[in-house]
Amino acid sequence: MSEKINDIDKDLLNEISDLENIPNGAYNIRKNGQGIERKVTDNVNIVTKTDKPGIDIYVKENTKFEFIHIPVIITESGLNDLVYNDFYIGKNANVIIVAGCGIHNDHHKDSQHDGIHRFFLEEGAKVKYIEKHYGEGKGDGKRILNPVTEVYLKAGSSMEMESTQIKGVDSTIRETKGILEENTNFVVTEKIMTHGEQFAKTIFDVELNGDNSSAHVTSRSVATNNSKQYFVSKIYGNAKSFSHSECDAIIKDNAIVTATPEVTANNVDANLIHEAAIGKIAGEQITKLMTLGFSEEEAEQEIINGFLK
Amino acid sequence: MLLELQDICFERDNKKILKNINLELDIEKFIAITGPNGSGKSTLVKIIMGIEKPDSGKIIFEGKDITNLPINERAKLGIGFAFQQPVKFKGITVYDLLKMAAGKKITKKEACDVLSKVGLCAKEYVDREVNGSLSGGELKRIEIATVVLRESKLTIFDEPEAGIDLWSFNNLIEVFENMRELIKGTTLIISHQERILNIADEVILLKSGQIVDRGSSKDILEKEMVNKKCCKANKCK
Repeated sequence: MSEKINDIDKDLLNEISDLENIPNGAYNIRKNGQGIERKVTDNVNIVTKTDKPGIDIYVKENTKFEFIHIPVIITESGLNDLVYNDFYIGKNANVIIVAGCGIHNDHHKDSQHDGIHRFFLEEGAKVKYIEKHYGEGKGDGKRILNPVTEVYLKAGSSMEMESTQIKGVDSTIRETKGILEENTNFVVTEKIMTHGEQFAKTIFDVELNGDNSSAHVTSRSVATNNSKQYFVSKIYGNAKSFSHSECDAIIKDNAIVTATPEVTANNVDANLIHEAAIGKIAGEQITKLMTLGFSEEEAEQEIINGFLK
Repeated sequence: MLLELQDICFERDNKKILKNINLELDIEKFIAITGPNGSGKSTLVKIIMGIEKPDSGKIIFEGKDITNLPINERAKLGIGFAFQQPVKFKGITVYDLLKMAAGKKITKKEACDVLSKVGLCAKEYVDREVNGSLSGGELKRIEIATVVLRESKLTIFDEPEAGIDLWSFNNLIEVFENMRELIKGTTLIISHQERILNIADEVILLKSGQIVDRGSSKDILEKEMVNKKCCKANKCK
């Protein structure tokens, strides 16, 4: 990678996208509010927006199994970075998109990144979208991430989204919106861990507008210390559709988790299920692992690691 | 001597569950504990593992007083425990759990070998989560696989037949019949099943919190049958 990327940057990139070296496929690396490296391919074009900060990513139709990496890193304390990224995925294309934001804040000013990502999938397109959020640094300046993801699925397309925030983000409000036409599938898996005084709010808003559209939303979270989490899921079945949303949370110490499921069936053939389970780690789980030789603390850690895997 | 219980007493809610239990277990034995419901069998084995603490008495394992040791320290000394109700874990796969049980790196093939030994078609299970999608019988077998991998000096089974259907149990019993090859060391198993009692070197009969008899399964079962007949005969009179 170029000299614009130092060791801290490399560590951040590694945390959010497993990138130690130049990735295969197209990529765009953004640092402290500026694009610093970019590569396009025959099938994937990346263009800087002219009206606002951000990029447009165009994937040609029938593109098969290409990777697109768009990591963002922030190492400047006090920076408030707002970026708009739009993905246009052509018919029958099949791509894996890895995004994420890593903040390193050693100072006392707040650092913030708000990434607004919109995905427009044409007929038959398939996207796997992996998003990781990570914060580090010794300063008392807050590390704030507020991602917005909007997904528009045309007939026969599908999107699988994995979002992970395991460490170091002080405050996050993440909004995910999906508009689904017929024969589409939207799968979202979210994993969040909060500690200290951290705050995380997740809002899912999915409209099942076409027949045979389906959504699966799974949130697994661990809240420790004095942290707070809110999980809001709104799913509208406006056609013959299916959805399953699930919020599973482990709480420890003085943490608070609130889950607010909302399912609305506007069609007699909409089948919408929601499950929510919040509680501390079951004592019997700890006991079992202790019979395998783990101390109570080690057992707890193993259970959490498995839960968030 | 592998294990010695000295005057173990345990009381809860003003009910004496175990009354001065004294018990010695030798190495390399297959011992069954049987007795009516509520006789204190599960409490007794939980006390050996450290899951319950006795009100009084001592537990000596290989000459060492382990009465005040926590569960994990006892596990490290060589005591293994298969739960009556296997515990489920969201996110943890069968392979993860078996790796934890082995306490060392094991390959997927080694994990599959153990699963096959307990009667599971390994490839179908090794990557599955240990959650509610598995049936009672499947969870039982996975539970047994975890204790097999521990290679403990003393392996305890708390009523393995509980909560599974007859058909699954008939398959599972074959696993126990092969247990001597699977598990090295001493096995202590709570059971009401004659087929399991028959493969034991010794059967311990527990009633109302006391060991009332100890001997071969034939002797114990015969005596119990005679007692039952006597009871019935007395009632008729």
